Amino acid sequence: MKIYNGGKIFIGLLVFAVLAASPFIFNMGKSKTAEKPDIRIDTPEILKLEDKKCVAPREQMRATHMKVLDSWRDAVVRNDDRSPVLVSGRQYDKSLQNGCMKCHSNKEEFCDKCHAYVEVKPTCWECHIEPKEKKS
Amino acid sequence: MSMRRRDFLKLAGFTALAGIGGSVLTGGNGKGRLEAAQAAPGKVTPSGKRLAMVIDMSRLKSESDVKKITDACHRIHNVPYFDNPKNEIKWIWTETFEHAFPGQKHKFLPEGFKSKPFFVLCNHCENPSCVRVCPTQTMFKRADGVVVHDPHRCIGCKYCMAACPYGAISYNLNDPRHAKNLQDYVNPGFPTRAIGVVEKCTFCVERLAKGLKPACAEASNGAIIFGDANDPSSEIGKLLASRFTIRRRPELGEEPNVYYII
Repeated sequence: MKIYNGGKIFIGLLVFAVLAASPFIFNMGKSKTAEKPDIRIDTPEILKLEDKKCVAPREQMRATHMKVLDSWRDAVVRNDDRSPVLVSGRQYDKSLQNGCMKCHSNKEEFCDKCHAYVEVKPTCWECHIEPKEKKS
Repeated sequence: MSMRRRDFLKLAGFTALAGIGGSVLTGGNGKGRLEAAQAAPGKVTPSGKRLAMVIDMSRLKSESDVKKITDACHRIHNVPYFDNPKNEIKWIWTETFEHAFPGQKHKFLPEGFKSKPFFVLCNHCENPSCVRVCPTQTMFKRADGVVVHDPHRCIGCKYCMAACPYGAISYNLNDPRHAKNLQDYVNPGFPTRAIGVVEKCTFCVERLAKGLKPACAEASNGAIIFGDANDPSSEIGKLLASRFTIRRRPELGEEPNVYYII
């Protein structure tokens, strides 16, 4: 069997293969697994609390806080249902800015670290105002 | 491929039938759809309330009264200020008599009327055209009659701006966070808006929920009266029953809820 222009074709294929593989070749050995974020939630506001309870257990909040926020948003904005959430005698506003962040006043630690780890970019802070962080 | 004329006609006939049948099944024939006017909400809000505002222009004497009220609103709601009037964002602002009440001007108007600033804001209409045209239901009418925008949903199509005959809706062409006034001060209890969404007066729903008056009414020293117009014993109910009031462009049928005592 004879391949017409075989040389050119095989050189072309080789160039293509090298180009396609170049990102892998360049980054060989450089990859490392992102470190699991270690999130500190010891803000002064939380340290003051006697029983450190959020509106739902920790595991549930980690997994579904976005759904909680969505349901709060719909309740407050669309249905004007601003009834506060009660947790062991304390009242929390159904609000990111005036609820969550009142205790979790460390946005960089509490929100950003984990969002960066899982590479999600929520747009909350384009409008909502983050708490002023006390740099210590 | 060759096809006999008879086969072609059969095939075409069945295709046409299938097309008609399909559209009947999926409801694409227009039945069940509402004309724009039919979609307009009823006159009585689900709660029976009709939140309204009376602006007593005779009690607004000086420029500083006007500025105090505008600033109170814009400061509380983190409304950005841009120098270029094309980028202006406004929740409450002033117009001349001629612009606020088109067609009402005549050459024998009292002195000072032509230059007097008239407060204008979203009229929270009974039949809001902005709500009707909004494709994402960002604009909606609450049970108590307040027309609110939900910036989470806004896609920035500006249909509402085109539909509103009062020009009450502003579009964020620039990132509001870059506005000079918001560098100095932001109300930490209220969000800003993002670039590419619209915004307007909300009758201060976040303050109403706390039992407060709208910011403009509070700062107005009694010149702006707010309340439930359907309640005859309320301050606004009594005022509307005893004084002659006018509204902006009532002929459009939007039934605005901001009344003026001239």
